[in-house]
Amino acid sequence: MSYDKELYQQVILDHNRKPRNFHVIEDASHNCHGVNPLCGDDITVYLNVDEEAGKIDELSFQGSGCAICKASTSLMTAYLKGKSVDEARQIMEEFHKMILGELDPENDEHNLGKLTLFMGIREYSSRTKCASLAWHTLIGALDKKFDGISTE
Amino acid sequence: MSDAKAIDAGNILDVEKIRKDFPILSQTVRGKPLIYLDNAATTHKPISVIERVHNFDAQEYGTVRRGAYKLSENATQLYEEARQKVADFMGAKSKGEIVFTSGTTQAINLVAHSFGKRFIHEGDEIIISNIEHHANTVPWQVVCEERGAKLKVIPVDDDGELIIEEYEKLLSSKTRMVAVNHVSNALGTINPVKLIAEKAHAVGAKVLIDGAQSSAHMKVDVQDIDCDFYTFSGHKMYAPSGVGGVYGKKELWEELPPYVTGGDMIVEVTLEKTTYAKPPARFEAGTPPITQVIGLGAAIDYLNDIGMDKISLYENALLEYGTRLFKDIKGVRIIGNAREKASLISFSINGEDPSDGHPHDVVSWLDRDGIACRGGHHCAQPTMIRYGVPATTRASMAFYNTTEELDALAESIRNGFPYGFVAL
Repeated sequence: MSYDKELYQQVILDHNRKPRNFHVIEDASHNCHGVNPLCGDDITVYLNVDEEAGKIDELSFQGSGCAICKASTSLMTAYLKGKSVDEARQIMEEFHKMILGELDPENDEHNLGKLTLFMGIREYSSRTKCASLAWHTLIGALDKKFDGISTE
Repeated sequence: MSDAKAIDAGNILDVEKIRKDFPILSQTVRGKPLIYLDNAATTHKPISVIERVHNFDAQEYGTVRRGAYKLSENATQLYEEARQKVADFMGAKSKGEIVFTSGTTQAINLVAHSFGKRFIHEGDEIIISNIEHHANTVPWQVVCEERGAKLKVIPVDDDGELIIEEYEKLLSSKTRMVAVNHVSNALGTINPVKLIAEKAHAVGAKVLIDGAQSSAHMKVDVQDIDCDFYTFSGHKMYAPSGVGGVYGKKELWEELPPYVTGGDMIVEVTLEKTTYAKPPARFEAGTPPITQVIGLGAAIDYLNDIGMDKISLYENALLEYGTRLFKDIKGVRIIGNAREKASLISFSINGEDPSDGHPHDVVSWLDRDGIACRGGHHCAQPTMIRYGVPATTRASMAFYNTTEELDALAESIRNGFPYGFVAL
């Protein structure tokens, strides 16, 4: 797929202005609070996991932050809903590699779907934490990290 | 440039000539000429400093104050000459009043802990302001906790000026120390430090001025201010990072115990007892940042050659120019409108959607155009809370910046609105 900067910008802008799954899940089976102390991004991710099937039934978030952080979290929730926990962990690994520039979505195999629109982050190393906070927080929720997640 | 102010700025300094002294400024970033507007965070070095540091390391480097051989004696002399330059630059009575540290943070910690140990007791009070850097907040919080003292905070008005009437109410016979900045790194406010010192002294309190943001931007005269301590950072003064220091009145230094202990700050050490050296050596344990101190001396020479009065005038013209530009951009709110302000503009963005314009997005957006600004809480979270913003974007100027660069900044900001400042 080709790298369409303008389109990617528009999608991120749209998810920042109208974040998807932007609500609390009452009685969520898993949740975690994540912060980037240096820049103030602050989100909570909620999940309902079907433990028997190992599947993410519901996924949502709340919080505040920059456009990259909010759009990344919004797109993550939309993309992972219905996927298995194992898949989610695998995609987290790939996403992380992509934003660090270690995975090239145009040439390497991956399961990132439209999450590849964050590939531009590799040019802005100071913003990797904005894009990855959602994922660290998700993993924190799955691993039952009750103290929350901090990128520092 | 048809603007009258731009012409004024150009008349004060030959900025094109000055820019040639700073090699780093001629590079491109993401294909655009670098526009460096993060001078409140750190400043770049003129070639004279770079060469001085290089030559010192290449030809003259040696340990200071210990080696009884020519190389060391020479290095010691150069090191002490740099101390004299700092003393003269700040208006100290003697070079012995200048203690070198790694920077302002360590300087404030030194004073807070050393002064605290000697002079602060249970029930005493320390006063800071609502617009301090964390480096002039946290050390005092720690000292208060350790000594059983109480921290009081001077409030600030909507424009970013300290409310002096409220400050007067905080002062009492319990006040031991008043610690405020000369210039706020988050808002640019220039505080009336002479007045603050006078009022503190009237109740018998001592005064520390955090000069991190002022030392390289205005003429500082510690005797005129009559402060007891004045801190500075080399890397914000066109000198290398890793060096800074603190001026202190001689008689006060003499009363203070050491903060960091070890080699080179002693008279005699036996396994039972140690006697400490006189100031400033008492406060400079271990091998100091020798090369960096030499670089600081060269930076002060450079600043003196241009003239601090000219630097202030020029940077003030830049501030006026930039402020007027920003006031014309719909959706930009300047945070900090003090009457006396250093050349720094902190702002927030009210975008086309309320979610747009987070400072981190704005900074990446500007970076795309080769413009380096700071976005964040500027290590001044209590200030951000006061103005109801999580963070701001900050353009901080130096005498090597130009009105054209501020035009480019304003243009980049204008262009960002339709895109919600999302850069990728």
